[in-house]
Amino acid sequence: MSGPLLSVAGVSKHFGGFTALSEVSVEIRRGERFGLIGPNGSGKTTLINCVSGAFFNDGGTISFEGRDISRMPAYQRTRLGIARSFQVPRPFASMSVVENLIVPLEYVVHRGSLHTADTRAEAMEILRGMGLADKAETPSNQLTQVELRKLELARAMAARPRLLISDEAMAGLSAAEIDEVLAILFKLNEAGITIIMIEHIMHAVMRFSQRVMCLDAGKIICEGTPAEVVANPDVQRAYLGH
Amino acid sequence: MFSLELLAEAILFGILLGAFYAAVSVGLSVAFGLLDVPHVAHPAVMVLAAYATFVLGQYGLDPIVAGIVLMPLFFVFGMAIYRFYYESFEKRGSEAGVRGLAFFFGVALIIEVGLIIGFGVDQRMVQAAYIGESLRIGDMRVPMRMLVAFGVALVLTTGLAIYLSRTFTGRAIKAVAQDEPALRLMGANPVRIKQWAFGLATGVTALAGAMLIIVGPVEPQLDRVYIGRTFAVVVLAGLGSMSGTVAAGMILGISESIVLSMFGASWAPAVAFGLLLIVLGLRPQGLFGR
Amino acid sequence: MRKTSVGFWVGAGVALAVAVVAVNLITNEYYFFAAYTVLTFVVLATAWNILGGYAGYVNFGTAAFFGVGAYTSVLLIKAFGAPLLVQILAAAAVSGLLGFGAGLLTLRLRGIFFAIATVALIVIMETVVVNWRFLGGATGVQLLRPPPIPPFESYQKMLFVVMVLIVLVGIGIARYIETSWIGRGLRAIRDSEEAAECSGVPTLKLKLLATTVSGALMGAAGAPMPMYLSFVEPFSTFNLNYSIGALASAMIGGTGTWIGPVVGALLLSTLQQVVTVTISNEMNVLVVGILLVVFVVAAPDGIVGLIKRLRRSR
Repeated sequence: MSGPLLSVAGVSKHFGGFTALSEVSVEIRRGERFGLIGPNGSGKTTLINCVSGAFFNDGGTISFEGRDISRMPAYQRTRLGIARSFQVPRPFASMSVVENLIVPLEYVVHRGSLHTADTRAEAMEILRGMGLADKAETPSNQLTQVELRKLELARAMAARPRLLISDEAMAGLSAAEIDEVLAILFKLNEAGITIIMIEHIMHAVMRFSQRVMCLDAGKIICEGTPAEVVANPDVQRAYLGH
Repeated sequence: MFSLELLAEAILFGILLGAFYAAVSVGLSVAFGLLDVPHVAHPAVMVLAAYATFVLGQYGLDPIVAGIVLMPLFFVFGMAIYRFYYESFEKRGSEAGVRGLAFFFGVALIIEVGLIIGFGVDQRMVQAAYIGESLRIGDMRVPMRMLVAFGVALVLTTGLAIYLSRTFTGRAIKAVAQDEPALRLMGANPVRIKQWAFGLATGVTALAGAMLIIVGPVEPQLDRVYIGRTFAVVVLAGLGSMSGTVAAGMILGISESIVLSMFGASWAPAVAFGLLLIVLGLRPQGLFGR
Repeated sequence: MRKTSVGFWVGAGVALAVAVVAVNLITNEYYFFAAYTVLTFVVLATAWNILGGYAGYVNFGTAAFFGVGAYTSVLLIKAFGAPLLVQILAAAAVSGLLGFGAGLLTLRLRGIFFAIATVALIVIMETVVVNWRFLGGATGVQLLRPPPIPPFESYQKMLFVVMVLIVLVGIGIARYIETSWIGRGLRAIRDSEEAAECSGVPTLKLKLLATTVSGALMGAAGAPMPMYLSFVEPFSTFNLNYSIGALASAMIGGTGTWIGPVVGALLLSTLQQVVTVTISNEMNVLVVGILLVVFVVAAPDGIVGLIKRLRRSR
């Protein structure tokens, strides 16, 4: 199928009198590694929230695989193939690590299935790929920061998405941990998953992305290859000026 | 059966009642609207203050004076409640917040029962020169006590509004409601400010309690109908809006008054709760919500 | 899983048999009344827990659904002389529908707004009944009990056994929901509604399911009451104390499993009966209030949670 995987066309979002996004348009290609950067408050997470369905955008349209999803509730978008991780990890705290993954497996992949045995095995496989298999039965509220970040990604992966949005998964991690997470994301992309990465850690974004877009105050100020974006004077001003 | 005069009288009574409802809800507007505390015990605290006013009345103290005297006491009481609530619930995260709701219901229950044990289930009232008298305006009779409550209510709400917008602490309270991290960066302690704000809200409620027993007799379970009224006002106003509280109070007061004169007392309790459901269903952010 | 299921149903059968036998042996009317009240709260707490415990949507609407169930029975008895089974099913249907409607209106709102909206529901339902002459209005309505069906000596004793059945059905439903994928979805909603939605959980639909089932069960619990007492009036039927009792029982017992509300209701309701008889009616409400505050502050996982912790530390 030709055409972009995700199409954001003229999207705006207001909160009361405050404009968080203003006429943002971008197309994400199938299999792409796309980086989204911008200073704090520039609208990155708001854009992601509009794409994933946490909010509905006020103006413009969002299309996934050619289908207008602007007014679709979030859970349906997940079932179509869009998954996201949260900037501040939101595990299902009363559940073990493996149970966290069984939720999307039951609700997205095997809708209403009563055969728990299969979902558990699938969940374990995903955990193995993330390096969390030994923590499978640990209550998810007892994990370390980096483990929580991995769980966020693992849970998003359990929904078997075509598009994965990673929201600042590496904030506050050590250099070795950043490399770990980056390796996981590369591996997922090689398996065919389109990835949008929001990050502040510049070297990670630059290494990972094929294309980068920079937002500031709700507007796109630059889009292109990592080298192009980094060299752009507007981008430099946005980061230094703030 | 239904005349313009009756309607005019109902509206006038509704305006006076509305101001009273606004004053009674303004404490909740701060506690819940600004501080996000699920304070369903607010009406119970008000009823407690009403009974305290009654007790002081037994010693000859005028209810309004009694209310003013009670304010500092209730201020301290409020600060203590907030401290306990914060340590037990808010600190522990959002799931605990839902239990905080159950906690305040427990507190309301304990106050209710305490009052029943202390005073019995019968109604109590106070005596004052302005209770029982009516003023004649044209063809209408306006109860004096409603005018007194109206006056006190206006002073109370205006005073609080000025405090919140003109004084340093007041503005800090509004700030902590909108942007707690920014406040922290400025060096202020948000917990201390919230504690002070909650104390303030409770102190104001003491005077509201005095007004309650001026407006009519009280009984221990009176807080239940006022949960509906105060939350209806606060929600209709929009969380955190002081001026909205007055407008919303008026709307409730006038609606109740008209329903009362057109359909009778048996339908009146449903007005506040019905209004609340309508607002929650149609426009949850209220009239002036943030 | 199958083994524990068999154990559960055998236990349920035994409980039912015990009830039938007890009914014919015990003669003291008061014990029956007390036990009937305790059983009512077991159902109400179990039903409450489906929405309040599993999904985390604390609400105070129990009295509304219970009362609507009771008055649906009254309506059917007075208008059609309907048999007991029809009363119960109709009460469940009407209360379930009310739960669905209330949920549709309020479940998009934050927790506390939902809770207050449920209080509003009680007052509105009460006011509707108060103004409805056919249902007895404020003064209430007297009902004539039909003749008992053998082997039961009195209609009330039969209703007692019916209540035991309703309890077992209620617990069965709660247990099924808890252990199924539905329960997992509800728990996900409780833990983080946003993350649940993004994990494919249809949060609104599940919450509506929980509200409807919860309401229906509460309505069913209310259906036999008018016949049991042979007199109903709105103020004691739509009393907030039903809501508080259900909530407190579940929170004190423990909200994570079906066992918590059962244990909580058995203990709390029995304690309340004892206090009412030995001290006073007001004291019993005070006891509930204090226990609720103590448990909510100090033992958030309830009695079941405390027992689990004790077992683990050994």
